[in-house]
Amino acid sequence: MAKELLKGNVAIAEAAIRAGMNAYFGYPITPQTELLEWLAKRMPELGRAFVQAESELGAVNMVYGAACTGARVLSSSSSPGVSLMLEGLSYIAGTEVPAVLVDIMRGGPGLGNIAPAQADYNQIVHGGGHGDYHPIVLAPANIQEAIDLTYGAFDLAEKYRSLVIILADGSLGQLMEPAVLPEMLPVIMRQPEWATYGAAGREKRILSSINLEPREQEAFNLHLEKRWQEIKKAEVRYMEYYLEDARYAVVSFGTSGRISLSAIRAARAKGIPVGLFRPITLAPFPEQELYELSQRMDGLLVVEMNSGQMLEDVIKITRNSIPVEFYGRMGGMVPMPEEIEAEIDRLVNQPHSPNGHPRDRWLDRFSLDN
Amino acid sequence: MQTEIIIAGFGGQGVLFAGQVLAYAAMDQGMHVTWIPSYGPEMRGGTANCTVVISDLEIGSPLISHPTAVIAMNKPSFDKYEKMVKAGGLLVVNQSMVDREVERNDIRSIMVPANDIAEKIGDKRMTNMVLLGALLGNLNFLPLKAVEKSLREHLPVKHHELLPANREALERGSAFLAVTVAPVIE
Amino acid sequence: MVQTTFEEQVVYSRPIAFSDSQTHYCPGCTHGTAHRLVAEVIDEMGIREKMVGVASVGCSVFAYNYFNFDFVQAPHGRAPAMATGIKRVLPDRYVMTYQGDGDLASIGMGEIVAAAARGENITVIFLNNANYGMTGGQMAPTTLPGQKTSSSPTGRDVELAGFPIRTAELLATLDGASYVVRRSLHDPKNIRMAKKAIRLAFETQKHGLGFSLVELLSVCPTNWGMTPSQAQDWVGEVMVPYYPINDFKVHPALANIKA
Repeated sequence: MAKELLKGNVAIAEAAIRAGMNAYFGYPITPQTELLEWLAKRMPELGRAFVQAESELGAVNMVYGAACTGARVLSSSSSPGVSLMLEGLSYIAGTEVPAVLVDIMRGGPGLGNIAPAQADYNQIVHGGGHGDYHPIVLAPANIQEAIDLTYGAFDLAEKYRSLVIILADGSLGQLMEPAVLPEMLPVIMRQPEWATYGAAGREKRILSSINLEPREQEAFNLHLEKRWQEIKKAEVRYMEYYLEDARYAVVSFGTSGRISLSAIRAARAKGIPVGLFRPITLAPFPEQELYELSQRMDGLLVVEMNSGQMLEDVIKITRNSIPVEFYGRMGGMVPMPEEIEAEIDRLVNQPHSPNGHPRDRWLDRFSLDN
Repeated sequence: MQTEIIIAGFGGQGVLFAGQVLAYAAMDQGMHVTWIPSYGPEMRGGTANCTVVISDLEIGSPLISHPTAVIAMNKPSFDKYEKMVKAGGLLVVNQSMVDREVERNDIRSIMVPANDIAEKIGDKRMTNMVLLGALLGNLNFLPLKAVEKSLREHLPVKHHELLPANREALERGSAFLAVTVAPVIE
Repeated sequence: MVQTTFEEQVVYSRPIAFSDSQTHYCPGCTHGTAHRLVAEVIDEMGIREKMVGVASVGCSVFAYNYFNFDFVQAPHGRAPAMATGIKRVLPDRYVMTYQGDGDLASIGMGEIVAAAARGENITVIFLNNANYGMTGGQMAPTTLPGQKTSSSPTGRDVELAGFPIRTAELLATLDGASYVVRRSLHDPKNIRMAKKAIRLAFETQKHGLGFSLVELLSVCPTNWGMTPSQAQDWVGEVMVPYYPINDFKVHPALANIKA
C-alpha cells in the first residue's frame, strides 16, 4: 500500500478502525482531540458505535461495559483525563476484560498545559488505579509504529484478557509523517467464552471484580501475576540504534527517544561511540535486554520528558553496576538534540561521582535557561 | 542529508498548509519527512509555525533549534527566527509584512514582497506559495516540479481550480535569489 | 374412603429469570420484592436470554447472583455508563441497571443524568430507601429533612446538609427521558402498580423509545430501627408525601402499549 502523510492522532484512530474496533467512547481533551473527532465522523459512517461521553469517568465505564460483551473497544484521553479514568482501569483489570486506551500525554501536574510530556509513566506503567494489576504499555516513537502498535493492541488485549495502553505524548499526536495504513479487518461481534451478551441457550455469566473472600481474591491476584509472567516472557519489544560498536547508550522512549537519536548521530559524528536503546514496551519492560546491554557499556544516559520516572526502573535493572546519568525536561518542555548531545559529552568526558542519585546530579546542574 | 525548515507567521496565512505541501512533496520523492505544528489555544488568529524535517535517514528529532531554512511570513516571526537560522542557512522573509532589513550576514537571505505578488496573481491566499517558491528556488533539494506535482495529487479536487495560481506563485517566488548581506563596515 | 383427584394447578412459582438462591437482604427488605417484580416482567416478556443486567454498589451489589441472566457489576455510580457501553454494541439486547439512591443520586448523578439526556435506550430500576443501607444507614441524598441516620444523628439539618433530591422529577425534565415514574413497595396495591410500571419501562426499551426509569420507594427496617410493618407505614406516611407516587414523564407512544 502507498504511504500517506498522517497525523499521529488520526493515524491511531484509523488504525483502530482497521483493526475492527466495534466501539469508541471518549471525551474531548487537547492534545488528543483529533483522535475523537476522526472517530466521530468515521465510526457512524461505518455503522459502528461512537459516544462522546459526559466525562472520562463516563467514557471509561462505557468501555468497561462494552468490553464485557466481547467487543473491540477503545478510548483515548490525555493526562488529566486519564487520571479520572484510573478507577475504571482498575475495575477493567479486576474483571479481566480486554480494552485498549490511548494516553496522549501533556504537561502536569494538575491542569498543567497542553504541551508534550511523558510524566504519566508512573501512573500508567506502575498501575495508577488501586490494587495489583499490570497493563501492557506500548510507547510508539513515530507514526508508523503508532499505527502498527494500535493495530496489534486489540489482539494483544484479547490474547491476555488485558488492558493495553498506548502511551504517547502531545507531539506524536500532532506530528505528521508518511506511513502505511494496514488493511481493513472485518468488524465482527466476538462472543468469547467469558463474555456477557445475553444468556441464550447457555448458563448465565457474571462479570465482576468482587471477591469478598480474601483467599479467593488472592488466588485471582496470583492468576494475574502468573499471566503477567507469561506476558513478560513473550511480549517485550524494543529498538536498538548504533549499539553494535557503542560504549555508551542513551535509554529513552517515545518522543524523547527519537530526539535522542538526533543527538546520538551528532555525537557519533564527533567520534563518540554512543547508541540508543529505546523500549517500545514500557510494560513489560525489556529488563533482561537492558541489563545485558549495560554490562558491555561504560555508562548510560536516561532521557525523559519528566523528572526521571523510567530512570528508577533503569537503576533497578542495572543494579548500580555501571554509571547512570539522567537528563529530563518537565512541564511540557521538550529536550532539544543539542541539550542531549551536551549530556552525552558530559557522560563521556566528566567521570561522575559514584555517590548520590542521578536525579540529584541532574537537579544540581539543571537550568531553566535552556 | 537532512534539511530542516521552519515556516512561521500569523494564523490564517497558510503557514501549516505550506509546510504540508513541502512534506507531501518530500514523501512523494521517497524521502523521510516529519511535519509538526506549534499547537495550542493561540491557534486561531495568533502566531503559527510548523517545522518540516526532510532526510534520507529515519528522522530523529522532529523539533529543531537551529533550522537550515526559515520562512518568516510576518514581523514577529522575522524577529524571532532570524536569530535561530543555522549559520550558512537560508532566511526567506515576507517583505510585505516587515519594516526592516535582514541583519545577519552569516546566512543567505531574501526579501520577497509576497503579498504584492500574490495580489498581482489575483489571490491573496497565494502568499505562502510565493514564499515557498522562493525557499525551493534557493535550496535546490526538491525540484519545483515535484512540489507542483504533489499539489496536484494531494489538493482536494474541489480546490483544483486553484492549481494554476499555485503554480504561478511558486514559480514567481523561485525567481528571487538569496544573497548574503554584506557586513556593515563602520 | 373417598378419593378425590384434583387437577394440579400452579398458581405461584419462582420466575425463570430469578435464580434459585437465597438473598442476603435483611428481613422485611423490599429489594426482594423489586427483584421479583423485575423477574416476573422479564418472564412475561420472554426476554431473559436477551437480558444483560448491570449491578451497582450498595445493598444490591449482589443482584447478579439473584437474577438468572447475564450480569455485570459496575463501579459505584457508573452503572448507566456501563449500560451505555453494552447497549451501544448490542442494540438488540435488553439492558437494565439496578441502582440504589446513594449509587444513583449521589456518586452517580453525573452518569444517570447524562444517560437520560442522551435518551440511552436502557431501563433503570432505582430503589430509594432514604439512606445508605449497605454501609450501615448513613445520610443519603434522599434522606428526608430531620431524618436521623448514623451520619445525621440529630436529624438531617437542611442548613448544613441541604435538601433531598427528587430524582424522578429531576430526570423527567430531560428531553431524552421517555418514561420516568415513581412507585412504592410498601403495600400490595402499590406493589401491583410498581410491576405495571416496570413492565412499561421495559416496553419503552423494547420499542426503542429511549431512557426509562422506575423509582421505587423502599423500606430499610434494619437501618431505620423499625419493624418491617412500621417501616412500611413510614414509607406510606412520611416518604410518599415528600416523594409523590406519580408519572413524571410518559412518552406519548406508550399510550398504545398495554402493560
